[in-house]
Amino acid sequence: MNIIVCVKQVPDAKDVRLDPETNTLAREGVESIMNPYDQHALEEAVRLKEAHGGEVTVLTMGPPQAEDVLRQAVSCGADKAVLVSDRAFAGADTWATAYTLSRAVLKTGKFDLILCGKQAIDGDTAQVGPGLALRLDIPYVTCAQKIRQVESGALVVERMMDDGYDVVEIRLPALLSVVKNINEPRVPSLKGKMKAKKIDITTLSAEDIEADSKCIGLPGSPTQVVNVFPPPARGDKAILTGTLDEQIEQLVEKLVPFFQQGGNQ
Amino acid sequence: VEKEAKTDIADWKGVQVFCEFRGGELATVSLELLGIGRTLADKRGVQLSAVLIGHETGNVADELIGYGADIVYRTDHEALADFTDERYCAVLASVIKEYKPEIVLAGATAIGRSFIPGVATVLNAGLTADCTRLEIRDEDGALLQTRPAFGGNIMATIVCESSRPQMSTVRPKVMKALEFDGSRKGEIIDIDPAPSLLESRVKVLETVASQGAEVNIQEADILVSGGRGLESEKGFELIRKLADTMGAKVSASRAVVDAGWIPYPHQVGQTGKTVAPKLYIACGISGAVQHVAGMQSTETIVAINRDKNASIFDIADYGIVGDLFEVIPKLIKRIEERR
Ligand SMILES: Cc1cc2nc3c(=O)[nH]c(=O)nc-3n(C[C@H](O)[C@H](O)[C@H](O)COP(=O)(O)OP(=O)(O)OC[C@H]3O[C@@H](n4cnc5c(N)ncnc54)[C@H](O)[C@@H]3O)c2cc1C
Ligand SMILES: Cc1cc2nc3c(=O)[nH]c(=O)nc-3n(C[C@H](O)[C@H](O)[C@H](O)COP(=O)(O)OP(=O)(O)OC[C@H]3O[C@@H](n4cnc5c(N)ncnc54)[C@H](O)[C@@H]3O)c2cc1C
Repeated sequence: MNIIVCVKQVPDAKDVRLDPETNTLAREGVESIMNPYDQHALEEAVRLKEAHGGEVTVLTMGPPQAEDVLRQAVSCGADKAVLVSDRAFAGADTWATAYTLSRAVLKTGKFDLILCGKQAIDGDTAQVGPGLALRLDIPYVTCAQKIRQVESGALVVERMMDDGYDVVEIRLPALLSVVKNINEPRVPSLKGKMKAKKIDITTLSAEDIEADSKCIGLPGSPTQVVNVFPPPARGDKAILTGTLDEQIEQLVEKLVPFFQQGGNQ
Repeated sequence: VEKEAKTDIADWKGVQVFCEFRGGELATVSLELLGIGRTLADKRGVQLSAVLIGHETGNVADELIGYGADIVYRTDHEALADFTDERYCAVLASVIKEYKPEIVLAGATAIGRSFIPGVATVLNAGLTADCTRLEIRDEDGALLQTRPAFGGNIMATIVCESSRPQMSTVRPKVMKALEFDGSRKGEIIDIDPAPSLLESRVKVLETVASQGAEVNIQEADILVSGGRGLESEKGFELIRKLADTMGAKVSASRAVVDAGWIPYPHQVGQTGKTVAPKLYIACGISGAVQHVAGMQSTETIVAINRDKNASIFDIADYGIVGDLFEVIPKLIKRIEERR
C-alpha cells in the first residue's frame, strides 16, 4: 500500500502571541514543530506499511525550513519526502493549499491512501483534508479514530462523531484525516535519524507542479484575513474572598441563574 | 475543478442555513444559525432559506419556518438517512448552485466540519471555519467572519470579497435562536435528488452512540469539568455528583482522559473538543494552554483549585482557592438547598 502523509510545520501553540502594538504574530523565538495530529497520521501510515508493505511519502507545502518536519518524519519511518515550496504559494488559504497539494500529489505518483491530521493547530480549520480529497476526486473520511480492517480495495474505519462513532467502509484510493487517539506515535530510531540526515528531499516549485497561477498563494485564495486581534481579556483576578463558607455563598449566588434555568434538561 | 472567471457577485442573493438532522433529531445549532441568519438577511434585505437534508424529517421543515426561515429546501430520501460526505456534499452543492445564496452557514459540528469544506471546494468558494461572530460590513454588504485561531490565542476577521457564496461554519452555542413563532409563514420546497447525487464510495456499516446521550459536551449549557486534582476515578465521582446537582454535563482535562477515568469524547482542549457553554466549572484543572484553547469562549468560567497561582485563575470569572474535596461537597449541599 502506497501512502502519502500530508504534514504541516506549525508554531508551537503555547508560544503564539500577538504583538499588542502591531497586532501581528510575534514569531520571534517561537519554536516550529510538526503539527501534532500529523504525527499520528504518519504513525498510522508507517504501521500500515509495516503490516502490508508499500511506501510512505511525506508531503508538505511550506517555506524551505519546512524541510525540518520532513526529516523528522523520515526519522520516524517515512521513505520519501517532498517539499512543495515557492514564494508564489505564500499566504494560501485552505482552498489554495488544497489545490497546491493536489497538484503535488499528482506529480508524486500512484497512491492508495492519503493521510492527514484532523486539523492544524495554527489555522485550526480542518478544511485542507476534505478539500484535497475533492480535488483528487477520491472519497474521504474525517476524524478517523481507528482503522479496523484493510481489505483489498477498501478500508473499514471508525469515524468519530459528536455523540459516538460510525463504522464506515471506504473504497480506495481514499483520504483519511485522523484524531490523536488512533495511535501513539513512536520516537525516532537511531537508524531513522541516520536516514533522515542523508535523505534527498524532492523539492517542487509552482512550475514543477504546473500550478495555475490564479489558484495559488494569497491571490488565489478566496478568503482574506482582514484583521487579527487578541481575544477579549477576562478574569481580573476574580478569586473570591472571605471564609470558605462565605466564598461558597457568593459563588452559589452567581450560579443560581444557571441552575435555576434547569441546566441541560 | 478549475476556477471559473470571477462569478457575477450580484447574481447571488439571500442567506442560506444548512440544518443538520440526524437520527431523527435536529441539531440545536441549526436553530441558532437561523437566528443569526435572520439578522443577516434582514440587514441585507434578502430572504433566509434553510436546507434540510436527511430521512424521515417529519414536520421539522415547519419548525424551521417557526424559527425564522422564509423558505425550506427539503431533500428527504432514505439514502440520506446516514451521514456520508459525498452524498451530503453533492445534494447541498446542487441546491446552492440552483438558488445562488450570497451567504451559506453551517454548524461547526463533526458533520459540518467534515462535508462543508467539500462543498466549498466544489463551488470554488471561500470558507471560514468555526466562526464566533458574523456581521455585515456597511460599505459593501460583505460578510465579516470572526473566528479564533492558534488555539484561541488570537482572533481573526475574514472576508471573501470576490467569490460567492461566502461560507462559514459556526461554533455551536455562540449564536442565539429566535423564539419559536408558530404563526410565521414560509414555503417548503421538496427537491428530489438526482440519482447521480446519491452515489457514494463510503458506506456506513454501523452507528455506535457513546454510553448515554450525555456525551455531546459541545451541546451543553453547563459543563462541570474535572482535572488531575481529583486524584482518582473515585475522586472524579464528585464531578459527576456536582454535575447532576446542576443539571450539567461532565467534561475533563486530558490528564483525566489519559488516566482512563472518563472516555475521550469528554476531553476539552486542543486535542479534544472545543466547547463554549454558558457556564464552565473547572475543578482541579491547572489551566494549561492546550486545555484553555478548548474552553475560553465560555460565557462564565468558575475555577476551583488549591493553588492560587494556577493559570486557570487568569481566565476565571469566579475562583475559589481551596481543596476541592472540601469545596465541592459544600457547594453541592448549598445548591441542593437553593434549588
Ligand atoms: C488567523 C488565521 C485564520 C485563518 N482562517 C482561515 C479560514 O477560516 N479559512 C481558510 O480557508 N483559511 C484560513 N486561514 C489560512 C489557513 O490557516 C492556511 O490556508 C493553511 O495553509 C491551511 O489551513 P489550516 O492551517 O487550517 O490546516 P487544516 O485544514 O486544519 O489542516 C488539516 C490537515 O491538512 C494537512 N495540511 C494542512 N496544511 C498543509 C500544508 N501546508 N502542507 C501539507 N499538509 C498540510 C495536514 O495533514 C493537516 O493536519 C487562516 C490563517 C490564519 C493565520
Ligand atoms: C500537543 C498537546 C496537546 C494537548 N491537548 C490537551 C487537550 O486537548 N486537553 C487538555 O486538557 N490537555 C491537553 N494537553 C495537556 C496539557 O498540557 C496538560 O498537561 C493538561 O491539561 C493537564 O491536566 P490537568 O489540569 O487536569 O492536570 P494538572 O496540570 O496536573 O493540574 C492539576 C491541578 O489540580 C490542582 N489540585 C490538585 N489537588 C487538588 C485538590 N485537592 N484541590 C484543589 N485543586 C487541586 C493542582 O493545583 C493543579 O493545578 C495537551 C498537551 C500537548 C503537549
